[in-house]
Amino acid sequence: MTSFVSLSSAMARGFFRDRTALFFTILFPLMFLVLFGGLFKDAGASKTDILQIGAVPVVDQLPAEAAAGLDQVLAVTRTSDRAAALEEVRKGDKAAAIEQVGGELIVHYSAADAVKAATVRGIVESLVQQANLAAAGVTTPAVTLRTQPVEDQSLKAIQYMTPGLLGWAIATGATFGAALTLVTWRQKKILRRLRLSPVPLASVIGARVAVSIAIAGAQCAMFIGVALLPYFGLQLSDQWWAFIPVMIAGTLAFLSIGLVAGAASKTPEAASAIANLITLPMAFLSGAFFPLDGAPKWLQQLSEFFPLKHLVSSMQDVMVRGESFAVTLPDIGLLLGFTVVLAGIAAFLFRWDDA
Amino acid sequence: MHGMSPTIKVEELRKAYGELRAVDGVSFDVQPGEFFGILGPNGAGKTTTLEMMEGLRKPDSGSVTLFGESPWPRNPRLLPRIGVQLQASAFFERLTAREQIRTFASLYGVSARKADEWLAVVGLEDMAGKRNEDLSGGQQQRLSIACALAHGPDLVFLDEPTSGLDPQARRNLWDVLRDISAQGRTVVLTTHYLDEAESLCDRVAIMDHGRILESGPPATLVRDLDAPTRISVETGTITAEAARGLADGLEVSDDGVSLTIATRTPAPVLSALAERDALRGLSVRGATLEDVFLHLTGREYRA
Repeated sequence: MTSFVSLSSAMARGFFRDRTALFFTILFPLMFLVLFGGLFKDAGASKTDILQIGAVPVVDQLPAEAAAGLDQVLAVTRTSDRAAALEEVRKGDKAAAIEQVGGELIVHYSAADAVKAATVRGIVESLVQQANLAAAGVTTPAVTLRTQPVEDQSLKAIQYMTPGLLGWAIATGATFGAALTLVTWRQKKILRRLRLSPVPLASVIGARVAVSIAIAGAQCAMFIGVALLPYFGLQLSDQWWAFIPVMIAGTLAFLSIGLVAGAASKTPEAASAIANLITLPMAFLSGAFFPLDGAPKWLQQLSEFFPLKHLVSSMQDVMVRGESFAVTLPDIGLLLGFTVVLAGIAAFLFRWDDA
Repeated sequence: MHGMSPTIKVEELRKAYGELRAVDGVSFDVQPGEFFGILGPNGAGKTTTLEMMEGLRKPDSGSVTLFGESPWPRNPRLLPRIGVQLQASAFFERLTAREQIRTFASLYGVSARKADEWLAVVGLEDMAGKRNEDLSGGQQQRLSIACALAHGPDLVFLDEPTSGLDPQARRNLWDVLRDISAQGRTVVLTTHYLDEAESLCDRVAIMDHGRILESGPPATLVRDLDAPTRISVETGTITAEAARGLADGLEVSDDGVSLTIATRTPAPVLSALAERDALRGLSVRGATLEDVFLHLTGREYRA
């Protein structure tokens, strides 16, 4: 036990004193979050931007409750410059412009974006019907329409990116940490020195696991802390803490990948190259950087084979999609199974010494 | 020595790497408390022999026993009793000297306080807060030795502990090694420095091409060689002809810097030189292990 503690602390000190490692495991992924979080701050929201030219009583006189509902789906900007408004629609900056001339509500839209145009037409039609019903004296209509955004599609960029980039950060941190420790410790004869001491191999590996989980914890704290800043505006679901077991299972899975990479390589350069080859394409193909919803079916199916896909989607489920802890269990099981298989391969390839 | 079981028993040890027979039938015993040196030029098979003794390599054939037990495969009963200083100093990255030795000590269940004492023994207490990357070569070697000794092993293996050090650092380290031996530990050292083996070891084995050519106490090996003593004075102090007349059977040579007289009876030659007041630049050199090596292999010793 004392050997486990002292090896963990030696490893942790070595890591936290290594500026390059610190940068690439913590700051670099965080920079992505800050960059993309800032860039796509307003994108990804399912609101449709429209212009309102002059007074439109049908909209202006909506009861407060209905107005709030409308706000969820439409971002209405008021303007009095009709020509400029139509030009903006033509250029695609806005989805539509509405104006009311007497009893006629006109929707100007561009055929270029048929989906958005249809959205606006549908919403405005419902407004017109409501206005007509009110005019006919129907105060309590038999059927009312309530628009409710589906969580998935309304995920703001930061909601999607925080778990995605965090998953990627955990994956690279754990893979590189394990691979480089194994190779440099072998190369610098530390493994040989440890072999000559009565320390059990389990303590050496246990120490690496403990340090990697601690680093993953630090990554999570930094990511969530930054994303929660009002500027980025991350909204955590009720059971967000359920990401912790997922994070641990994911760390173990990528540790085992790193151990295989480290066991198979002789130099740190080779180990980094292998670790990069594994984690970087996986990040793109697993939905860590961008959603796979629009990706071809074969890619979506392929992604199921990548541990990162399960890590990221489970973290999204509990952190931002409001799913419960139970939803993550299959993914945790998969990640742990993956760990067992790769750790077995790593144990088979493991060498204390170069020669 | 009779009746005492040896600390190390090596019998007919062999190890080949492909065609190269790195160790080719090596046998020797090391007695408790002995300071034993394995001496030879680079590539003689010293390190491979040592690594098989430490249990890091499996011999192709032959056997090693330490305290009556085999070190291969990794033998947890033996490990606490042996201390190993590796040729390349194996340190954890970015840890200070104090953190290094405390980490190693704790692997053996030795307290931090005890570990710190070892820093003082090797004269590194002032460097305790420095990271190993910032220590000089000599300081790293001393730290490495302290790390090997922190758990108080009975048997210590040192692989070329002074290679790459400047002469002053080497002498300082010799003092440390003598102290270790004086504490009653058995020490096995490999070195390619003949003077180091001569100065430190109770007994040496001279190795070349994977075999032990000769072994015994350095003084005995030199004495048994029965080599002449070489007396040198500055050229011009005395002519070669006059020198030859000093006594019977002298071999005289002059390289233009010094005139050297080789003799088996140095005393009369020295007094004859003194009478003639021809002692300018005098040096007297007996045979060394270098001569033993030359005698054994027929070639000059080159580390």
